[in-house]
Amino acid sequence: MTRKILLTTAFGAGLGTALGLMAVPAVADTSDSRIALSNNYAGNSWRQAMLTSWETVTGPAVAEGVVAAADAFTTGENSATEQAAQIQNMILQGYDAIVVNAASPTALNGAVREACDAGIVVVSFDGIVTEPCAWRIAVDFHEMGRVQIEYLAEHLPDGGNLLEIRGLAGVFVDDEISAGIHAGVAEHPQFEIVGSVHGDWAQDVAQRAVAGILPSLPEIVGVVTQGGDGYGAAQAIAAAGRDTPIIIMGNRQDELLWWSEQKAANGYETMSVSIAPGVSTLAFWVAQQILDGNEVPKELVVPFLAITQDSLAEDLANTPVGGVANVEYTLEDAQEVIAGAM
Amino acid sequence: MRLTPDMIRLAVPFLALAVLLAGVFWLQPRAMTYSGLNLLFNLAVPIALATLAQMFIISVNDLDLSMGAFVSFVACVTATFLNDAPLVGALILLASIGAYAALGVIIHVRQLPAIVVTLGMSFVWTGLAVMILPSPGGAAPDWIRSLMTVRPPFVPMAIVASVLIALVAHLIIARSTLGVLIRGVGGNERSVARAGWSVLRARAAAYALAALFAVLAGMALVGLTTAADANIALRYTLLSIAGVILGGGEFVGGRVSAVGAVVGALTLALAGSFLSFLRLSPDWQIGAQGAILILVLALRLGLDAMERRRMRA
Repeated sequence: MTRKILLTTAFGAGLGTALGLMAVPAVADTSDSRIALSNNYAGNSWRQAMLTSWETVTGPAVAEGVVAAADAFTTGENSATEQAAQIQNMILQGYDAIVVNAASPTALNGAVREACDAGIVVVSFDGIVTEPCAWRIAVDFHEMGRVQIEYLAEHLPDGGNLLEIRGLAGVFVDDEISAGIHAGVAEHPQFEIVGSVHGDWAQDVAQRAVAGILPSLPEIVGVVTQGGDGYGAAQAIAAAGRDTPIIIMGNRQDELLWWSEQKAANGYETMSVSIAPGVSTLAFWVAQQILDGNEVPKELVVPFLAITQDSLAEDLANTPVGGVANVEYTLEDAQEVIAGAM
Repeated sequence: MRLTPDMIRLAVPFLALAVLLAGVFWLQPRAMTYSGLNLLFNLAVPIALATLAQMFIISVNDLDLSMGAFVSFVACVTATFLNDAPLVGALILLASIGAYAALGVIIHVRQLPAIVVTLGMSFVWTGLAVMILPSPGGAAPDWIRSLMTVRPPFVPMAIVASVLIALVAHLIIARSTLGVLIRGVGGNERSVARAGWSVLRARAAAYALAALFAVLAGMALVGLTTAADANIALRYTLLSIAGVILGGGEFVGGRVSAVGAVVGALTLALAGSFLSFLRLSPDWQIGAQGAILILVLALRLGLDAMERRRMRA
């Protein structure tokens, strides 16, 4: 398992002293426990990586007897009613804990309530549920926006004009990241956001949108993004014949590849930040800790994955073509996250 | 007692349900308990109601492609207005039933294809749902919540509710004058008109009845989920159509069965659980669900052929 640098409000940089799974102490209390993963969608690279991470981490955990089973279930279609039925099936199958990436924050509440009433531990992550009896591992998207301005302020102390690329309009994640970016700009008033486009978290959409707005913009020193849009922005800016500003990347393989090419060619510097699909494995360990009888706060914050100039080469090498940079969590990581939230 | 063709037709969905249920019990004995049956079937109750709604539309030879969107809209109204201001909520739901009746009138008077009109309406309902509930949330009114989580003695709520709604819908469609008229429009519109009945009124009534059952479906769904979201029931469009056909209904000819539709809906819900208990990989699950459908329909085609041969003889 590789060493990665994670940033989070909860406990700052430098978590993830990634001890191998061999170092996991034998936990007798959960060796009979069965944990199920309820997943609503498997149709993109992020979700595929999420499921692969689950297999990679839970496979050895089951083999070593940490838990008795860790089965992954994905519904055929991305629908809340189907996932509610899936969760009710898991109750019938007698699982001790259910780890959920939910299709809807509210529409599963009835099924989650049924599970809690049956004495089952429910841990939601990424797509969280609002039912109070469940645990939530949420992403601090606000902070993910803020650290981008923080980074720019370090590298561009004089400030300047910024272009903001937003995600899909009307989605909660887009609002949160954007609010974080604007909060960062309020902290560092030497920056000004002179333009904002929606890139829908997709390279081609971002490229079109940036190409469209560029002629109306003054010189820009930085592009703040939401992930999946950095490469498209770079292409559009290059096509317009402008100097390349600092474009914050979003951990996608094409973005990292472009960055590393620029780095080799002219020492280009930037950073990359997104949420790691391996967060499913963090949820797994949190569920295991709850089953083990440890006290765990209901609200946890997942650390997001940042890639720096120094870690770029290694992270790029570890990211499959067309994929997303990933990190898998260990029991110790989960314990640190829990301790940080206490 | 001689077996009528209609009874043989109804036997197929019951047979499919029984076989699947036996499979589920064998794979997961826990399902055989009171709460097990409830967990297995409670989410099928709103599907059954939506299937009955679709049945009324199909019985006049139309097809409603906005069923899922409309049920989602009702769910959003239930979780917001009906909870905060019951009177306003009830008025909105009544108005939406009126809108459905009006749709029936427009489709009949202008001779429009129902598929196109309802497809267009699905965007309207989804739009309204998003306006009412821009982000997932709301809360189920307490009385609906307690109704959907009631624990009657001996038989779980899901079973009692399924039997009850099947019975009520059966009385409407098979025993009442209006039901005969609606099926008559599906069977032979012209002869209904020649007999002096208003086809327009029958079609409007069929659409209003469909809306009534769809409203009940949305309310039941929110009672189970405790909150709504604008896309909550989008899958119900296809599920409801499949349920009607699985339950022995035909797309044309006014040949539908309320009991069959409910059994069809339960079978569809159970097929998902069965495949999940089988630990079938999700990649195969959709295909397997389709295979079960095809199997049941093939069985019915066989019976239809037998029936025709006997009629010729």
